[in-house]
Amino acid sequence: MKYADYYAALGVERGASADEIRKAYRRLAQKYHPDVSKEPGAEAKFKEVAEAYQTLKDPEKRAAYDALGSRPQGEEFRPPPEWARQHAGAGAGASQFSFDEADFADLFSRFGARGGAQHGTRHGALSGEDFEVPVEISIEDAFRGTTLSLSLSLPEYDATGHMRRVPHTVKARVAPGAVDGQRLRLPGKGGKGMHGGRDGDLYLDISLKPHRLYRATGHDLFLDLPLSPWEAALGATVEIPTLSGPVSLKVPAGTSASKKLRLAGRGLPKPRGGAGDLIAITQVVVPDDLSEAELALFRQLADQSDFNPRRHFAAEDA
Amino acid sequence: MSGEAEVWWLDEHREISLRELIEVSGLREAELLELVHCGAIQAHGQPEAGYRFSAHVVTVARTACRLRDDFELDTRGLSVALRLLERVHSLEEEIGRLRAELPR
Repeated sequence: MKYADYYAALGVERGASADEIRKAYRRLAQKYHPDVSKEPGAEAKFKEVAEAYQTLKDPEKRAAYDALGSRPQGEEFRPPPEWARQHAGAGAGASQFSFDEADFADLFSRFGARGGAQHGTRHGALSGEDFEVPVEISIEDAFRGTTLSLSLSLPEYDATGHMRRVPHTVKARVAPGAVDGQRLRLPGKGGKGMHGGRDGDLYLDISLKPHRLYRATGHDLFLDLPLSPWEAALGATVEIPTLSGPVSLKVPAGTSASKKLRLAGRGLPKPRGGAGDLIAITQVVVPDDLSEAELALFRQLADQSDFNPRRHFAAEDA
Repeated sequence: MSGEAEVWWLDEHREISLRELIEVSGLREAELLELVHCGAIQAHGQPEAGYRFSAHVVTVARTACRLRDDFELDTRGLSVALRLLERVHSLEEEIGRLRAELPR
């Protein structure tokens, strides 16, 4: 396992008082807490800070941590056997404790109530830990539905309370209709409960991958619809790619840029029926290279047309 | 592991009881009821008949539990924090929609 420098994580000296440690934690929590921070990497940073605080705020855990000595952050090490006997559960159990299957933070998790989202100690029962996992799916998967296969390493405790991490694969069917920010709960798929406590849950936080054509907002999809100047002026029937295949869309004559043409029910499906819309936003695109013949036609149009798209500029002065 | 896990959509189509919300959120009953009374968590029905909650409230209640534990907030502090977070989320959604309407 890799050594974690908890004092460095909180930015305090090894001899810091409990009050200094609490203040350092509060300052960093306000900066990095994933529910309130938008800083890049905030979640990982908060996890480090919270892990450090969970250990250093508790005198018993802090003493056990200090007994490991000071090492460089990330140094590979194993706790010495005498430390295991003194701190990781005295007696025969300590020799069975596999440090190879535990994280550094796991060394301190068995002092008193365990951390994380565990709760409920009714009659000694301890609920399993809940886990939240971000999952990114494509817009096509949100449209058709998909089956996720999630590989997780979850803590499990044996009869003596010793913890080891066990790899799990959880399969979950996401029915059509998930949107960005959709939360799903998989009951009982988190950490195992102890002493009759219920198993924890697994929460999936769904986000949609960026798509080359569509931009999703809720169940609606937005699509840029480039039109040539003559299609915009004369009107046209154009083919639009939708998630269920191409459809024809009639563009009315005299369509300017930034008009929204709505294809009702062609967006993402809703879980209980119906669907969002596909909204095509028009753009008028001029060819990069015009042939001599095209240039001549445009010049002829310019000569003959009295259209002034900036007439309103002068309206205020009139 | 074989078979697929049961999946709950945490949206407005599923309703849960106060008891279930306590169990999945980690909040205490008194805390949840105070957050309901403050309007930070929306409930359906009357307290005498037993409150019911849309399942999307699970996310709000779990956030409240994390904020309580990580910032040592009391219920009044939680109520303010939840309301501000709700405003942030609603503004983020609005920005997301406006961005989606902008051409690339």
